[in-house]
Amino acid sequence: MARVWRVRRSPTALPPWLAVVFYTALVTWAAVVLFPLYWIVVTSFKLPIHVYAGPVYLPFVDFTPSLHAWRYIFVDLRNDTLRPFVNTVIVALMSSTLALVLGTGAGYGLLRFHYRPRLSAILLFVATALVVVAAMIERVNGLVAVGGGVLLFLLVRAVLGRGGRTVGNDDIAFWMISQRMLPPVAVVIPIYVMFQRLSLLDTRAALIITYTAVNLPIVVWLMRDYFRNISLELEESAAIDGASLYRIFWSIVLPLATPGLAATFLLVLVFSWNEYLFALFLTSANAQTLPLSIAAQNATRGPMWWYMSVLILLMITPVIAMAIALERYIAKGLLVGALKG
Amino acid sequence: MSKAVDRPGAEEMPSAPGARRIKAGAGWGAARLRAADWPARQATTSFVLPAVLLLFFLSIFPLLVSAYLSLTRFQFVPGGFALRWVGLTNYGKLLVGIEQSHFLGVPKPPTVVGWLLFGLAASVLLAFVVRGITSASGRRGVVGRAVFAVVAGAGVWLAVRTLTPGGFPGTLLTTLTYVVVGITVQYWLGLWLAFLCAQEIAGRRFFRVVFLLPMMITPVGIAYTFRILMDLGKGPFAPLWRALGLAEVSWANYAWGARLVVMIGDIWQWTPFMFIVLLAALESLPTELIEAARVDGASRWQLFWRISWPQLIPVTSTLILIRLIEAFKIIDLPNVLTNGGPGTATESLTLHAFMAWRTLDIGGSAAVAYMLLFVVTFAALSYVNLFHRRLAEVA
Repeated sequence: MARVWRVRRSPTALPPWLAVVFYTALVTWAAVVLFPLYWIVVTSFKLPIHVYAGPVYLPFVDFTPSLHAWRYIFVDLRNDTLRPFVNTVIVALMSSTLALVLGTGAGYGLLRFHYRPRLSAILLFVATALVVVAAMIERVNGLVAVGGGVLLFLLVRAVLGRGGRTVGNDDIAFWMISQRMLPPVAVVIPIYVMFQRLSLLDTRAALIITYTAVNLPIVVWLMRDYFRNISLELEESAAIDGASLYRIFWSIVLPLATPGLAATFLLVLVFSWNEYLFALFLTSANAQTLPLSIAAQNATRGPMWWYMSVLILLMITPVIAMAIALERYIAKGLLVGALKG
Repeated sequence: MSKAVDRPGAEEMPSAPGARRIKAGAGWGAARLRAADWPARQATTSFVLPAVLLLFFLSIFPLLVSAYLSLTRFQFVPGGFALRWVGLTNYGKLLVGIEQSHFLGVPKPPTVVGWLLFGLAASVLLAFVVRGITSASGRRGVVGRAVFAVVAGAGVWLAVRTLTPGGFPGTLLTTLTYVVVGITVQYWLGLWLAFLCAQEIAGRRFFRVVFLLPMMITPVGIAYTFRILMDLGKGPFAPLWRALGLAEVSWANYAWGARLVVMIGDIWQWTPFMFIVLLAALESLPTELIEAARVDGASRWQLFWRISWPQLIPVTSTLILIRLIEAFKIIDLPNVLTNGGPGTATESLTLHAFMAWRTLDIGGSAAVAYMLLFVVTFAALSYVNLFHRRLAEVA
């Protein structure tokens, strides 16, 4: 309660009794947030006996801390810890970067250019692609199937002509963002089968591709709203000077959107860093990520809390460090999306 | 894919320079491209096409394949497996067949309280529809309201019948409970914390960083952490439980105890999301109104509820929409904390689908996933059409 004392002495608009109420509430919630974290740290230094004999709270006071769990995870298991860690880092970084690249382009394109694809062409594309996929499942040669599909698509399109209803930018954007509504479990089995056919099961590539697709809607949504706040004049004058679309996008728009990019990147990174369901389905040994190795510490004799705590700490330290460094950006970036909705 | 403004009929429109700018929104690219050549037009397409294709291949096609799977039964045959077409059997099992008790729950005749609650809910929904008719918001609005009222009424009827003594709610209702309770608590808690952190007090930055942390932690880690925290015999609060004589019992054996722990974990993790956005919104509100009201002698309490909070309603509405969509996907917490138990008491729909998949009931798993998709889509669309549009226009 030392904080309460300090506030009473510092000049503030709050009346003292209100300050006490506010600080009590703040400190209570801070304790609710921090105590579980403290408990993980303490548990990582405990021996099994310390856990099973009932709770002990303070290292050096009511138990002697031991480094056995840390030694086990980092020395004995060396490669079995390192591999999931490296997997997690690579998958999270690669998929977030990819999602940012693709999603930023799409968000910008949907805001600045007019797209009017024909509904018939889209449906035709979906139909032919389905036929191709079905053919490949029936073990038709991949090249033949794709080539046939392309031919079929072009042929039917030529026959149908170029008329018909078109789809606007808002429809495309709504469709992309609404992909977020899709429960992962509704698509995970076909994705599993698809990667199995491509022999990509249990590889980082499978996870990277999947996470990129899962995170794409958030990036499109946040970045489109961010770009909306960037003034058009700079881009227009660059266009008059003859800069290409890519050059305008790369040297003018992206630098102006850096804060939004940072926030979006961090958010997406955290999502893929922590993802569990897809990793559970799509990986088994080689491409396993950290959430799975935490869950793996739940052995037949009951969960091994001490090992688990070390792994949880290993997992949360990097993201927490980033969260502390970029706290302001996250708030701003998320708000932009929430305001425009 | 992209097109310049050269469609027939474009000439008839008044082409004042200003009108073009407004109509095109931010469409200088299109205007410039009217005379442009083929490669430049493809350039605009290249901005969107990769994202569209990726989403096609990783969500539309899998979704279609899932729809097909949900209509089949997976069987092992000599030399591999086969998918046998079974029509709507998998859905039938969930709604009226052997899986009904798992998905919908075990119904029992409602008690008097149940009847009263149902009557109350039914009259509220009826009033909602009647108001839609009298306020003349168009026929589509009324149809939307009626559909919503019927489905919501069915949901309440299900809740009333399965939540009575002897009844047992299924995974559908468990998931809805997680969503509704979770969002409600997270929102009010997040708002209260944002209000506190927006005050002029020392240590603000410390608190806002600390409050943000749970969002960053992997749900699996949170689940295990809560499992040990909530262990009545070995967790940190064991002396307290012993004093209360609860050390030998386990919440994991009681349906509502287990559900409560899952919800606590969810609230702990997602309150920061509400908090951080509401705080950013509070801090970006224009100060003139607040200053004026303060000069007029409004109390801190009045300032917040009469001036700040109404301006937060659009953000609130979007936040609820986001969490509504995300909260339905919960799986990590119940899977790790309770493994869905006791029985199936804490199973969410996603976990239900996962369990079915693990027993190689692929068709059943896909059917559950589709049910979840229907529920999420219905909830999100109803929310957007009936509430979000109106709330977002307030400010």
